[in-house]
Amino acid sequence: MEEELMNKKRPIISTGGRGPAAGEKKRLPMAARYAINAVLVLVVLVIGELMIDGGAITRYQSTVLEQVGVYIILAVSLNIATGYLGQLPLGHAGFMSVGAYGCAIFVMRMGDLLGVGMRDFTTGTPLSILIVIAGLVFGGLCAAIAGVIIGIPALRLKGDYLAIITLAFAEIIRVVMLNIDSVLGFTLTRGAKGLTGIPGYSSFLLVFGCVALVCFLIHTMMKSRHGRAILAIRDNEIAAEASGVNTTYYKTLAFVVSAFFAGVAGGLYAGCIGVLQPAYFGFMKSIEILVMVVLGGMGSMLGSALSATVLTILPEALRAFSEYRMIVYAVVLILVMIFRPQGLLGSYDFSLSRIIERVMNRDFPWKKKAESAAKEAAGEGVSADAER
Amino acid sequence: MDIFLSQVLNGLQLGSIYALVALGYTMVYGIILLLNFAHGDIIMVGAYVSWLVMAQLGLNPIIAILLSVVACTLVGVLIDKVAYAPLRNAPRLSILITAIGVSYFLENGAQLVFGADPKVVPAFTDVSTIKLGDIALSFPAVVTVLVTVVATIALTLLVQKSKLGKAMRAVSEDMGAARLMGINVNSTISFTFAVGSALAGIGAVLYAMAYTQASPTMGMMLGTKAFVAAVLGGIGSIPGAVVGGLIVGFAEMIVTWLGLSVWKDAVVFLLLIIVLIVKPTGIFGKTMSEKV
Repeated sequence: MEEELMNKKRPIISTGGRGPAAGEKKRLPMAARYAINAVLVLVVLVIGELMIDGGAITRYQSTVLEQVGVYIILAVSLNIATGYLGQLPLGHAGFMSVGAYGCAIFVMRMGDLLGVGMRDFTTGTPLSILIVIAGLVFGGLCAAIAGVIIGIPALRLKGDYLAIITLAFAEIIRVVMLNIDSVLGFTLTRGAKGLTGIPGYSSFLLVFGCVALVCFLIHTMMKSRHGRAILAIRDNEIAAEASGVNTTYYKTLAFVVSAFFAGVAGGLYAGCIGVLQPAYFGFMKSIEILVMVVLGGMGSMLGSALSATVLTILPEALRAFSEYRMIVYAVVLILVMIFRPQGLLGSYDFSLSRIIERVMNRDFPWKKKAESAAKEAAGEGVSADAER
Repeated sequence: MDIFLSQVLNGLQLGSIYALVALGYTMVYGIILLLNFAHGDIIMVGAYVSWLVMAQLGLNPIIAILLSVVACTLVGVLIDKVAYAPLRNAPRLSILITAIGVSYFLENGAQLVFGADPKVVPAFTDVSTIKLGDIALSFPAVVTVLVTVVATIALTLLVQKSKLGKAMRAVSEDMGAARLMGINVNSTISFTFAVGSALAGIGAVLYAMAYTQASPTMGMMLGTKAFVAAVLGGIGSIPGAVVGGLIVGFAEMIVTWLGLSVWKDAVVFLLLIIVLIVKPTGIFGKTMSEKV
């Protein structure tokens, strides 16, 4: 279901068919494209909510679904830095933890301040919803600030060094979360004991509403001038700089946006599991998210979302084989890299509007094949004529 | 004075282990520009072999040491042949991710075979201290430092003086040109992995001697720190790895001595960040200019 949800919000990086003949082609107006996608998102959300209310999806299943949503946001946000910007940050879990702690502490403190109880958050009173949304934005902003602090020195470095410095920063964040209380003198993160009593504010609607919004925002960003600048940096940084792209600015921008959404995902994660420990956000978590992006195909939002979905549901479905799970992960990762280094979907992205336009223009792949076959036959005829 | 001396020796011991592991990182990076994430886990393999031979089979510690080094060498070469060799011409990112996959595989494989709880490696010798005048020094620490010095000298001689070392330097400088000069690039790379992994094997034995433990995830932190040491010193440089290892070891020792041991990981990583910002290629690193 969430795959459907994703399908409508992936970036069409290749503009496709804006050639000289574009004028003759029927095109779908932008407003109609947005409307179709928005309606589909709403339909999916409503169907999902009805199924949960009606009991077709159990409590356990909906919790797994919420986690799927969180991982989709994480993978899609890491994809900005990895797939679109072409860097390899190994500290995504660090941003996630900053967002998670930021959001959880904000929501708890505001809840106390405004007298909103734990139950109000689960049932979702208007005030509590407002607090949660503010908390998610706050968590995202905290992560974005961390992103600026990390990004400015890190992005001066290239390739492997960037990977290492982000890894180092994420480890520092983890150690700070673990020990900050003893420095501050009051309780903030509760260190290794873990932050407990976080209201369970994450619901299917909230999580997938965020998924849709995040995918939409990233999609529009990547289609804009800024997105193209980021892609230009990935393809050739020196050429991009020579063409007048402010590489430092755009690299930092992509990095910070990626951190922001990771922070939002962290906030949702906190509301989903209810307890936060710094140990959740170790190096392995960063790798887990990276694996999702790489397997799906770097630069493909659909790929990231699909592999996040599969890799979150699969371990739940294969509880009995949990011991072998990580080994299978590792082997799959190595095999994919050896046999399909660009990821399962490469940089392909699905576009509903593109398909609708094809139908409108009666432009089907099999038709094209027949056409080119006919052309080839004709071409052969010509060359045969010439020979004669 | 006594405490000071033993602290310095502790720092030297820890730093020497990091240095040995960092040498492996540096050599592999120097030749194929790969951050071998699995290197730390090779140490884990070595520690488990020591435990198997001594605690399970009850054999002589010398056999344990030899078998550990041999096992690490074989695992290192095998990893190169199976996982990295098919990707020689692939994008750097793909190889890096493969390395992460290999590391994952080794860790979880060890967990599956040996279980998640740490195993106690028996002591290699009965001697625990040696007297130097009236100062008692920890025997494992002295051995660790001496072995590291010998290994570093041997490695430097190998790289600078031998024919194979010459081939290694040539391949690391320009792989294509080296191939044209008749150097067997693949076997040179395999040899580099073998040497690096053998050093990791020695590091594993020394680590097991110092901390008497083997656990599936032990390689991760040790590997990451050693890697930090290699980058700190300037990745690709042999003296850099040794200096970096000693810096990391001493930094940890000082932080622990000040009673702030919970912060020691953060301090090490902060040190790395500062060095990278000030000198992006590390202390001994060569600055490479980019061709357009």
